[in-house]
Amino acid sequence: MSADPVLLPPIANPVRAAFGPSRDDTVVVNIGPSHPATHGTVQIIAELDGEKVLRTDVHCGYLHRGFEKECEDHTWHNLIPYVDRLNYCSALINNFAYCEGVEQLMGIEITPRTKYLRTLLSEYSRVADHLTCVAASLMELGAMTAFLYLVTVRDAMYEHLAALTGARVTYSYGRIGGLAADVPEGWFTRLHEILRDYERYVERVHGLVDRNRIFIDRMRRVGTLTTADALHWGFTGPVLRSTGAKQDLRKDTPYLAYAELDFEVPVGILGDNYDRYFVRMREMDESVYMIRQLMEMIPEGPINVDDRRCVFPEKTLVYSEIESLINHFKLVMEGPVVPAGDAYVAHEGANGELGFYLVSTGEGVPYKVHVRSPSFVHMGGAHRMLDGYQLADIVTSFGSINMIGGECDR
Amino acid sequence: MTAPIFADVEQTLRQQMVTDTAPNDETPGPLSPSRPVRSMGVRHGILVLELLPEALLAVARRLRDTFSFDLFLDVTAVDWLGQTPRFEVVYHFYSSTHHVRVRLKLRVDESHPVVPSLTSLYGSAGYMERECHDMYGIGFEGNADLRPILLYEGFVGHPLRKDYPKQQEQPLVPYRPPQGALVR
Repeated sequence: MSADPVLLPPIANPVRAAFGPSRDDTVVVNIGPSHPATHGTVQIIAELDGEKVLRTDVHCGYLHRGFEKECEDHTWHNLIPYVDRLNYCSALINNFAYCEGVEQLMGIEITPRTKYLRTLLSEYSRVADHLTCVAASLMELGAMTAFLYLVTVRDAMYEHLAALTGARVTYSYGRIGGLAADVPEGWFTRLHEILRDYERYVERVHGLVDRNRIFIDRMRRVGTLTTADALHWGFTGPVLRSTGAKQDLRKDTPYLAYAELDFEVPVGILGDNYDRYFVRMREMDESVYMIRQLMEMIPEGPINVDDRRCVFPEKTLVYSEIESLINHFKLVMEGPVVPAGDAYVAHEGANGELGFYLVSTGEGVPYKVHVRSPSFVHMGGAHRMLDGYQLADIVTSFGSINMIGGECDR
Repeated sequence: MTAPIFADVEQTLRQQMVTDTAPNDETPGPLSPSRPVRSMGVRHGILVLELLPEALLAVARRLRDTFSFDLFLDVTAVDWLGQTPRFEVVYHFYSSTHHVRVRLKLRVDESHPVVPSLTSLYGSAGYMERECHDMYGIGFEGNADLRPILLYEGFVGHPLRKDYPKQQEQPLVPYRPPQGALVR
């Protein structure tokens, strides 16, 4: 590291706009990144004709922290906490998708108890993520009461997950071949209570906004997408489903325990902001329904597979026998040896298809970890939802995508 | 889990894309202009095809139009430092009708790391190609907008290349004092 930082020859701007004013009477404005509606990480350069948005250039990268580069320098185990920080609203889904990718490369089949627990926790995270998104977009419209109702439930969930994992937001709970710990005593009893609270508060929110004139005027026929358009621009998840396409990886390519569950895939009609709000609200109900089914289904048994290539030995054994000590040492220092090859594993994240493309050369450290993050792809198509509407609609349309800076910029 | 569509894709590509009359198509021989595509079989539930960069547009169009792979999922690269050709560009497609994925792999050399752009077929390719260009310096012929997306104007180098040191220091963007009549 040199003492004197190198200075570039002055450049006009670290971000180059794709366009300037096209006519004399239009103006190009810059929205974000330091703007609460863009989550502080996205910059929208918009050409305006009065209040009307003619075209937009969406630019991200302000939260880029070299996730993929850093992964190539850590063992397969050690990068699990990084994975948490991709989508920090539903960190467990990231955990489990990544772990399943590594397990696929190693040819490991997880235990039944872990399979059901992961499914339950994925759905629980999805509820937390949708609650955040709906609460934030309602608050952006000024609905502070609805925001507080929804965040009350989310906070109860965070505390509840902290009792299980030890952390409120970034859990690092998934492990290759299993989970960090089993469910503590009384956890499911509390889960029942929280789900009842969820229903009470969400009912109030439905009553407050669903048929609210102001809400409908701001959301109906704003940011409309067709199915063909959404597919062309790579939209997945609730945004694609809001256009009426019944696309859900949990149904179409069942993973974990989804094939055994009874649930519906809610879809929208017009593909506008109102539909995206409603699809998320209905999806949360389906998730709660799934969680209730899963609580009945979880079998007793071990949570970790019996595989010394990746699962850490019992602490008491590490201190008492040499084989376990060596095993522990090798797993920490060299990492689990993953057979050479590549795998792409996709889970239905809260915002769309969350894919991990992993490349191994047979070492304890990944050769490459690539994340196909829904938020980043959605930013590439976001202009289709913004162009042609009012300046104030940028806030609602952008909020309905639920862009998460952590996974968008990686 | 092997989807029946994979057999169709493999067979059609063998019939339509491979023009040579090699007696045994099954042998995984090297790629050549007369044999621009070969199937590597189904791996972890995904059909893997290897192809030459020239064949990319034709194969992608056939995948989209004939086999309804209508969702362009991802493009990234793998830097096999020390091998020639050095870079492997990896594409993933998803079919919303058949619910399966296809992976395309093509190799490009360090001296001319350019592949055709898929922006004419999929709108979503634009952003992802920009990221791949940022991170690996892969050029996408036909993508007019390859401005930095995760990096910034003036960033030197391509950080995900294996020969880019993790601790590399970047030139700083100089401080720009606020301008305009409202700022005093």
